[in-house]
Amino acid sequence: MPLGLLKYAWKSPESMPRFFPDETPLKKHYDAVIIGGGGHGMACAYYLAKEHGLTNVAVLEKGYIGGGNTGRNTTIVRSNYLTSEGVAFYDESLKLFEDLSDEFDLNIFYSTRGHYTLAHSDSALHTMRWRAEVNKFHGIDSEVVDAAHVKKHVPYMDTNCGGHLPVMGALYHAPGSVARHDAVAWGYARGAQSYGVEIHQKTAVTDIRTVGDRVTGVQTDRGFIETPRVISMVAGSTPTVAAMVGLKTPIEIFPLQACVTEPVKPFMDTIVVSGSLHVYVSQSSRGELVMGASVDPAQLHSTRSTLDFVEGLTDQMVDLFPFTSRLKIMRQWAGMSDLTPDFAPIMGKTPIKGFYLDGGWGTWGFKATPVSGKTMAHTVATDETHHLIQPFSLDRFERFNLVGEKGAASVGH
Amino acid sequence: MNRRLPPQPHEWIDRTRPVSFTLEGQTFKGFDGDVISSALWANGQSVLGRSFKYHRPRGLLSMADHDINAMYDTPERPNVRGDVTPIEAGMSLAPVNTFGTLAKDKGAWLQTVSRFLPVGFYYQTFHKPKALFPFWEKIIRRMAGLGQVNTDWPAERSVKRYHHTDVAIIGAGVAGLSAAKEAMNAGLDVLLVDENPHIGGSLDTHYPFDEHADGLRESVQALEASPNLTVMTRSYAVGYYGDHWLGVKTPSGLVKVSAKSVVVATGVFEQPGVFRNNDLPGVMNASGAERLVARYGVAPCRVGVVLSANPEGVQAALNMIRAGVTVKALLHTGRLSADVRASLTEVGVHVYEGVESPEALGKQTLQGVQFEAGSQTHQLECDGLMMSFGWAPAGALLYQAGARFSYSESLAQLLPVTLPEGVFACGRINGVFDLQDKAQDGARAGRQAALFAKGQPLDPGIDEAGFRAKQAHSHPYPIWSHPKGKNFVDMDEDIQLKDLKAAIAQGFDNVELLKRYSTLGMGPSQGKHSNMNGIRILARLTQKTIVQAGSTTARPMFHPVPVADLAGQRFRPRRQTPMHDWHATHQAQWMETGPWYRPEYYATESDATASIDAEIDAVRRKVGLIDVSTLGKLTIFGPDAAEFMDRAYTMRMANMKVGTTRYGLMVDDSGVVIDDGVVVRFDEETFYVTTTSTGSDQAYQLLTRKVIEWGLDVIVLNRTGQLAAMNLAGPFSQALLQEVVTQPDFDLSLTGFPYLAARETEVCGCAVTLVRVGFVGELGYEIHCQQADALTIWQGLFAKGERYGLRPFGVEAQRQLRLEKGHIIVGQDTDGLTHPFEASLKWAVHFKKPYFIGRSALQRHKARTQRQLVGFELPLHQPLPEVSNLVIAGGQIRGRVTSVGRSRTLNKIVGLAMVDVDWLQNATLLPIRLSHGPSVEAKRVSLPFYDAQGERQNQPLSLDEPQEANQ
Repeated sequence: MPLGLLKYAWKSPESMPRFFPDETPLKKHYDAVIIGGGGHGMACAYYLAKEHGLTNVAVLEKGYIGGGNTGRNTTIVRSNYLTSEGVAFYDESLKLFEDLSDEFDLNIFYSTRGHYTLAHSDSALHTMRWRAEVNKFHGIDSEVVDAAHVKKHVPYMDTNCGGHLPVMGALYHAPGSVARHDAVAWGYARGAQSYGVEIHQKTAVTDIRTVGDRVTGVQTDRGFIETPRVISMVAGSTPTVAAMVGLKTPIEIFPLQACVTEPVKPFMDTIVVSGSLHVYVSQSSRGELVMGASVDPAQLHSTRSTLDFVEGLTDQMVDLFPFTSRLKIMRQWAGMSDLTPDFAPIMGKTPIKGFYLDGGWGTWGFKATPVSGKTMAHTVATDETHHLIQPFSLDRFERFNLVGEKGAASVGH
Repeated sequence: MNRRLPPQPHEWIDRTRPVSFTLEGQTFKGFDGDVISSALWANGQSVLGRSFKYHRPRGLLSMADHDINAMYDTPERPNVRGDVTPIEAGMSLAPVNTFGTLAKDKGAWLQTVSRFLPVGFYYQTFHKPKALFPFWEKIIRRMAGLGQVNTDWPAERSVKRYHHTDVAIIGAGVAGLSAAKEAMNAGLDVLLVDENPHIGGSLDTHYPFDEHADGLRESVQALEASPNLTVMTRSYAVGYYGDHWLGVKTPSGLVKVSAKSVVVATGVFEQPGVFRNNDLPGVMNASGAERLVARYGVAPCRVGVVLSANPEGVQAALNMIRAGVTVKALLHTGRLSADVRASLTEVGVHVYEGVESPEALGKQTLQGVQFEAGSQTHQLECDGLMMSFGWAPAGALLYQAGARFSYSESLAQLLPVTLPEGVFACGRINGVFDLQDKAQDGARAGRQAALFAKGQPLDPGIDEAGFRAKQAHSHPYPIWSHPKGKNFVDMDEDIQLKDLKAAIAQGFDNVELLKRYSTLGMGPSQGKHSNMNGIRILARLTQKTIVQAGSTTARPMFHPVPVADLAGQRFRPRRQTPMHDWHATHQAQWMETGPWYRPEYYATESDATASIDAEIDAVRRKVGLIDVSTLGKLTIFGPDAAEFMDRAYTMRMANMKVGTTRYGLMVDDSGVVIDDGVVVRFDEETFYVTTTSTGSDQAYQLLTRKVIEWGLDVIVLNRTGQLAAMNLAGPFSQALLQEVVTQPDFDLSLTGFPYLAARETEVCGCAVTLVRVGFVGELGYEIHCQQADALTIWQGLFAKGERYGLRPFGVEAQRQLRLEKGHIIVGQDTDGLTHPFEASLKWAVHFKKPYFIGRSALQRHKARTQRQLVGFELPLHQPLPEVSNLVIAGGQIRGRVTSVGRSRTLNKIVGLAMVDVDWLQNATLLPIRLSHGPSVEAKRVSLPFYDAQGERQNQPLSLDEPQEANQ
């Protein structure tokens, strides 16, 4: 047993340091207000305080910490993106993830599993090779493997897929990982708070006040706060918050659903994704299979679950892993994906001075948590856009300078 | 020890039919109708399973599908629940998550170190040093999880059904049955769903000897005979999915139920008390004990004690005695009336009132109970402790439907306060406990549900709360801390009171955070016996009301549902062209493109390459025929058809002459190429278009939507499945076609039927549309016809084609042929951002139209095109680059290969690459990095590679003037 456990022999639970402080009154003024207490918001607060000395910061969360997409995603972390911009950005994120447990002194269960993205057609294989070639160019461990390789390493997969759309190959990304999503938000929150950042849960922002083209404060359901800097990190609510300062974003909201099975003993070590079959799956450290598919077919600002989703997903699962037909689906849920036309995020400064945007994360927000926090903090603190996020500025849509992650198939978890 | 009781009045077992099964290799005997837990318990087995974290011995708790600690693996499936799974002859069971045996679990030492493993301990350690985490992770993962999976199990898929009804009633207890009766009296179709094998709910378990119940039982039997009632037993609604749409898991599969109104009569879950050793085998919910006795005729214990806070506890004690179970004492947390007390003492039950701080005693199983009453500490020996502390609503369906619940302090229970339209709740979930009241409350809900289903206004005079209990049936805080702990809140996850205290102290004081940090309610029972106590604890510790403490979201599934049932039968649309069998008998090697099966090539030669080369050669020098029936085929007609076409496509279409064709390029709003095909104009108001094979559904959807958006008088007709098509290409195509055209005097001459013209005529006696196009770069004709005629024409061509050297060719040859001609394939040479200017399709964009989809985006793209599709070539002997290999120059990615192949026609490797315009200007060589490292320098060449002047369109051959095709 690791020595770390021994500390509990002497400590009463009540004496353990609190992760999050008790509710406190809002101050009149903060140097920065972050809207959204998910992973991104907490990470941004953490790096603002730790790396830029900006500690008079409030994170406002209308629900609870990590209650949005941070707690609803399927926890996959990878960097095998299609574009150079995406690769550089997510590679940095992955590197940060690897050290988070140590940095937080909190085990986020960062678990490197290896990530297979299956190809069931020539054209999918072409996309996989494209990604692999771009990845390799940037030094990312990523390669196209054939069906025999897949069969060897995931022997329990029916690579024949029940006779329809057999696996022709895959993109294999050895560093692909899973992590305990909630713990990432908690770790950042605890860290940020240790530097003096305030976290206010159950505090909803109802408006953002501007004078001219400059932010001056936010109105909340607990009163008005003066602040020169507002950072929106609210995923599915991005259009709503952006509208508070009169900004339009080309973001569309689609529900994204997921489900888990009852826990079983570990048998699946790898992460398997199939864009053609609309399935991605990994086994959590608790033993549940965590599964998702592509976003729902129609826009909707809702987190309701549908039967269609779980029917479609399980149908394909049985083709890929026949024995899973004897497992049981225990729970399903949904989140709201904020998708941009080029499947890349919107980050950085906006035409409104002091209003910073971090949104459009589609289905890739979790894996960007550390890097988005870090680069946004840099951008806010210095008012200079971090070089890693320059390609992701809001005005690229006006300039028609899109990033092009959309080329990499629609299921990209 | 045999715990089987004498026959009970309403028991479910058939004592004439013994059934044998094994657990851990040991044989047990039960009866038909027993579940695993009842049969084991009857045989004196008290340790039914081991707990998740500490591997403590566990017995039974609810006998109602919450008993996660009595879970087994069979050779066929994991995680079989003992409390609800019927025994079968020969069944072979192994307990889940047990290291060793149930009697001696090697993991049980963990409880002795539980102080080192507090809530969330795994977050606090194992991560230093980083290098060791994978080692610890393996151990943690092995400790977690329940059953074992056998990855060799073959797939199971059950059959799904739909069921439409007027009123769906979930829960066939007294309230649900009364609702059903009322709705049926209104002349409606009723569906009654219950998770038990028999309807009646608590009638048989809690009221087995009640004379009022007998009357209800009789009316149940009358109900069952009614033709407008459908009963689904052993079935449960897995979730409410909006608009009165329910998934119902039945033994034979998933039924998707659509109802006009829904009555939720799902009742309540009995909640255990939280006190030291409340998990010892022998401690159980009183309702669990009642189920055990009434359904299976099994005694919960030899000598029992009831620990109660409500009238149900008293009734349970009386029921036990009547059934022949010894109950030596009733420990009541409150006060009892004199006559209740008397009724108990009369049958030998000693009554203790004002009971506090109960504690179960015993090691492996329950041996006694200690408690405080009257400021004294008492100890009683017993091997059964039946808890009756109160109830939590089985409210998942109502929550999912959008109901709001509020906590009634007077009932100490959460009750629905607002219900969505057409959804009704009755019975104990609605706070109604008395037998007669439940019947009346059910009738009320049934009446309202019937009115709603008929579209009639609800009766405003009916009070939803009218039958609710006047006193609490739940203890407001059945939780007692103990210095030594082991007072479990969540039996699935082994969460003790101290764990919740610690989590709350650490700031996880929001109900959702508490759940996520402590895993309260995240086990397979999804908090059915733990969430309510968890909320009570949270409220108490944070000095909030229950309402302020809040509750977690109740998500589907109600009980876990087998993947086999959700997946259902495997339906994969598979589309075949009329020539499918012909292809099959001619050695077609299939490839799947979406739902279609297409010949990739015909294996006529020694290997694939030789076969494909032969096909290509035939098209270039003689004549070939390819089945292109998979193309999307749409007819667009109506007064506004020309206007519609102008808006939908990038090229000008309104000015097309009748009988001509044009390239049809579609882009999306952002100017990205999404589809292409051929547009034919049949008359002023009729266009016929083809789309790509894989894009046909999306194209049809888009165009159909645009008809509505634009409000134009036009109809888009999807004829993909109605029509077939084939492409006859090669220098002999005209001569061969001439032989099969059956319309007299049809002019096939190059001038009479020029390139890009379309004609309607007759071939092999069948009506066809001929389109002169040149995708593969040779003189050729697309023949579009009715599906039914296609094979006649296809065979007719082959009947006459032999002397022309006619060969069928497949998709691979076509890809190669079009590549030589420099024609793009949408989706291969374009990606998710490619616009026409990048794809050398500038000529296909006509800005002289006021509007078309993507026009404004394309105007911007035109001004600054960043990438361009270019041709390259390499000597034939060079290694063949692969599609998606990168063009890398000056240490930067400059582009990628989109198509490439060895051209036998041209004796070199030819390919297309999408390359940065900035870099391209001075580049004559494209350095292409191969997949495994080295680079090749390809020569940039202009497109097309083959027949740059397009002369092949006008160079027909005939057999009368034999000559080799011009290479």
